[in-house]
Amino acid sequence: MLNVETQIEIMERPVPPVVRRRVPKRDVKTIDAQQGYSDQTVWMLAVKAQQDRAAFGCLFDFYAPRLKGFVMRTGMSEAQAEEVVQEVMITVWHKAKLFDPHRAQVSSWIYQIARNRQIDVQRKEGRPLPEELMHDVETEHDASQIMAMEQETETLKSALAKLKPGQREMVEKAYLGELSHSEIQAETGLPLGTIKSRIRLGLEKLRHELKELRQP
Amino acid sequence: MTAIKHHISEPLLMAYAAGSLEHHYALVVAAHVSMCDECRAQLAVYESVGGAVMDGTNVAPISVDLKDSVFARLEAPQVEKKRQRGFGVFPAPVMEALKGKPPRWKSLGFGVRQSILSDTKEGSVRLLYIPGGQEVPDHSHEGIELTLVLQGAFRDETGRFGVGDLEIADDDLEHAPIAEEGAACICLAATGAPLRFKSWMPRLFQPIFRI
Repeated sequence: MLNVETQIEIMERPVPPVVRRRVPKRDVKTIDAQQGYSDQTVWMLAVKAQQDRAAFGCLFDFYAPRLKGFVMRTGMSEAQAEEVVQEVMITVWHKAKLFDPHRAQVSSWIYQIARNRQIDVQRKEGRPLPEELMHDVETEHDASQIMAMEQETETLKSALAKLKPGQREMVEKAYLGELSHSEIQAETGLPLGTIKSRIRLGLEKLRHELKELRQP
Repeated sequence: MTAIKHHISEPLLMAYAAGSLEHHYALVVAAHVSMCDECRAQLAVYESVGGAVMDGTNVAPISVDLKDSVFARLEAPQVEKKRQRGFGVFPAPVMEALKGKPPRWKSLGFGVRQSILSDTKEGSVRLLYIPGGQEVPDHSHEGIELTLVLQGAFRDETGRFGVGDLEIADDDLEHAPIAEEGAACICLAATGAPLRFKSWMPRLFQPIFRI
């Protein structure tokens, strides 16, 4: 793993208490919390902040085999799947500056890039995408919000793991594109409520943040 | 912006996040999300689930030279595809479908106009322009019909739909939407098949107008 301290853009360390200088509470919290970021987030932020190739290599090693496995399960050939993996990873590198750890977890962000790419490959008409929100790329990171997002993603993952086999299979099928919209609608076994209650907090925060972004 | 009352259903959001929603419906979903923070946040939830499912997938070993070829391409200049931004009442995904040009309206009679954005065997999506107070011909449809209001408002048997509201009509709903008095109502409407109008006049014209 990479050294966390060298990868994060906020370098200021909390002053040891013996010096008796007042340390703003927020800084301490920010730096403490960074120790708790997932590896993926640390790598992604390093790529975003300083185009760190070593960090990008780590992202590649983690995501490329997962992306390939995932894409192949949707019925793509091995060669096609590797083509998609390549394009997705290059997009991750170039669009890293748009990654916002307050709004999405790394896996979720990369998942979307992969989906867009896959649909663009399969269909003549590209995937219709919602209007991108304008946001200030320079905004300071709010470590507590990033942590909350990460924790919820972890709870979401364990919630998925704990589902009854049949239910989990339905969720996977839906995301592998094996269920049409009407099948999703008709499928009462889909534990949407269970899943969503796990990410309620993030949802609230996201709503709040979107509202702020809308302010002129 | 007035409060949006009618939102995207959860199955539609999930299907959109999963990438399995047909293009004509996906355009309406993307347009609504562009206008509705509530659904934007909900969509993020469904995308997180997608990320979690991807993380949990069995890994497939990748070819030895793939990493090198990705690294070799990092410095290559990227051709950024220019994406349309929203313009006037049309959100970005609609402008994208219009290729940045104004809609090419075709008259359907009684002041009603349409501009077809996409029409395939799977389904179609179009912009509809309905003068204030005008009724849209009584019709039923195959599959669901999604109607998103971009300007003005309409009412039908199920309620009132204002700017940003999305009506999801199942195939058994036969409805006769009426545009509210005042500004013309502009909608983005997608169906799983060609619209079938019930009154004889429009039916005669269906092959001509592709409605």
